[in-house]
Amino acid sequence: MTIAAENLTANHPRRKWTDYFTFCVDHKVIGIQYLVSSFVFFFVGGAFAEVMRTELATPDPDVVPPELYNQLMTLHGTIMIFLWIVPAGAAFANYLIPLMVGTEDMAFPRLNAVAFWLTPPGGILLISSFFVGAPQAGWTSYPPLSLLSGKWGEELWILSLLLVGTSSILGAINFVTTILKMRIKDMDLHSMPLFCWAMLATSSLILLSTPVLAAALILLSFDLIAGTSFFNPAGGGDPVVYQHLFWFYSHPAVYIMILPFFGVISEVIPVHARKPIFGYRAIAYSSLAISFLGLIVWAHHMFTSGTPGWLRMFFMATTMLIAVPTGIKIFSWCGTLWGGKIQLNSAMLFAFGFLSSFMIGGLTGVMVASVPFDIHVHDTYFVVGHFHYVLFGGSAFALFSGVYHWFPKMTGRMVNEPLGRLHFILTFIGMNLTFMPMHELGLMGMNRRIALYDIEFQPLNILSTIGAYTLAVSTFPFVINVFWSLFKGEKAARNPWRALTLEWQTASPPIIENFEEEPVLWCGPYDFGIDTELVDEEETVQTLIADAAGS
Amino acid sequence: MLSITIPMQTSALSSDLNSTYTSGETHSHHGHPDLRMFGVVLFLVAESAIFLGLFTAYLIYRSVMPAWPPEGTPELELLLPGINSVILISSSFVMHKGQAAIRNNDNAGLQKWFGLTAIMGIIFLAGQMYEYFHLEMGLTTNLFASCFYVLTGFHGLHVTFGLMLILSVLWRSRRVGHYSSNSHFGVEAAELYWHFVDVIWIILFILVYLL
Repeated sequence: MTIAAENLTANHPRRKWTDYFTFCVDHKVIGIQYLVSSFVFFFVGGAFAEVMRTELATPDPDVVPPELYNQLMTLHGTIMIFLWIVPAGAAFANYLIPLMVGTEDMAFPRLNAVAFWLTPPGGILLISSFFVGAPQAGWTSYPPLSLLSGKWGEELWILSLLLVGTSSILGAINFVTTILKMRIKDMDLHSMPLFCWAMLATSSLILLSTPVLAAALILLSFDLIAGTSFFNPAGGGDPVVYQHLFWFYSHPAVYIMILPFFGVISEVIPVHARKPIFGYRAIAYSSLAISFLGLIVWAHHMFTSGTPGWLRMFFMATTMLIAVPTGIKIFSWCGTLWGGKIQLNSAMLFAFGFLSSFMIGGLTGVMVASVPFDIHVHDTYFVVGHFHYVLFGGSAFALFSGVYHWFPKMTGRMVNEPLGRLHFILTFIGMNLTFMPMHELGLMGMNRRIALYDIEFQPLNILSTIGAYTLAVSTFPFVINVFWSLFKGEKAARNPWRALTLEWQTASPPIIENFEEEPVLWCGPYDFGIDTELVDEEETVQTLIADAAGS
Repeated sequence: MLSITIPMQTSALSSDLNSTYTSGETHSHHGHPDLRMFGVVLFLVAESAIFLGLFTAYLIYRSVMPAWPPEGTPELELLLPGINSVILISSSFVMHKGQAAIRNNDNAGLQKWFGLTAIMGIIFLAGQMYEYFHLEMGLTTNLFASCFYVLTGFHGLHVTFGLMLILSVLWRSRRVGHYSSNSHFGVEAAELYWHFVDVIWIILFILVYLL
């Protein structure tokens, strides 16, 4: 088998490393471009966070001046959301969707490349705002605060978001079209891998909500540059309108950040537990339910913005309702694990890390969904702890899980497992140590977004800072692992995990046109147990196909 | 800034759609000829969502402010924008005749009707310019004026872009003889975009001028 795979790749031209720096229309190149650039931004955003945590180790603003702290905080949030997690979701989608549906490229390959090449300029614009006075109003940029300080930094922030927003809209058009229109003949919607379902749900959210953020940013930009007063109460405008428009995107954005990674987890768990996924349709439909509910809950970010009581009740109820489809997913994953032959490799460890952290984040989410509790902890560190459990403990853990799972497919090399486990242990400890104390700090009343605080909050802040340093250290084994495995790792067979989705039917890494011949769907994506021990044996596959044709 | 993103989205999409259109059976071997139109529809969904955001903001202002339009706002003339609306809406029908013509392989018909549509589009924009210069208010006069200029201006930008699509169809049809009865995706995409711009105008006209 291994020999066959090597012959195959030998007969087909491979991508040169320089292709990864060009306007290449191959979806696999674009996927890697997205992944690598998003990780570059992750390190930048992470460095900002480390400076902030260093500052917060002491109650006084003695490490960086308060203005710089505000700028770092604003850019940390913006970078991590718009330039790391969202593009990382797009990275997996770009790399995997055409392979999973058995086609040779996206529906619109050039559009796809345009979508990627909008993100680096977006990031550069954002970071270059330091030269003109970076924005200081937080990643939400609420007016009138955002109208008061540094006009040009704020404007660059807006431009940057418009670029990356455009990028994700173009990506979404591509994903939906490819998933709905380009599957191989035998694959109906219900035999499609769950990652594709997740991306379908994510892309619909992007198409409906991202443009509304564009509308908000356009109006904000007019306020900044042209002197209108859409959001400026001094000129008769209403800042709450901005909040509505902003959260109409930015709440769904939470699901745009997590849904692709729900998809990743749905792929990782059945493969490494060697079991059919439990509740395929439940997982697929709950993604769509989350998308729909995600669109009608935005005002739960605005319980303290003078929202009338009856409206708060509506948003409280719908927000809590999201726990239902999310719970369905969690139970399905646990059901899949139940009695499985679990292989505790790095991908699976991160999947476990995801399950446990995301569950905590989800539960605190239900807590802050309730109006009386939210009014108490609004804009405190409790909220910071909550969303870091969801977005770091959730999205980022699943992202790492996906990286370890598909690393052999993307590079043709196996990862170094001991380094992967070290990465997991450090990340897991660091994550909990950083973000768990924040819940307590919030309950004690420590405000978020500030550089100085009361002395009584210091012990827990020191704990949190130690956690942040642990997280910084945890990236070393990861980076070393990636580079070491890339050059020295053991050569990967075409299907090292004996998985059943179509991307494993081609060489690792896949040839330029993806499949040497149209792939054959001889069982569902998670039908482990129909003699899957032998899936990567060419002959067995042929026999099974013949059987399927005969029956 | 508007002029950066919106045309960029559309032009990227249309160039890609055209490229798949000319270069490849590669993507149609799964038997889905309607792939490209599907992409255009998704793009228009996203476009509608921007307008939805702007209209919603307008409606909130309208319902929250004590007086709307605020005192001191000059009365909007209805005659000129009314005529303009009629021209824009009828241009959709004119354009449709062009699409029907190319379905019958009638290139001359396509050029005639699309040419007429382009002229009607230009008249609409000229009318809008005339209105802008004769209104006794500016972008920052008050909240209503700001909303008025941003909404109609953003729509005008889309008309301009639709016009560019129409002109590019005309150019291709004349210079390259690009379209025929069984391959006229560009014509249909331009038409769909133009209808979209029309529908948005009808909503905008009702919201801003009539309500």
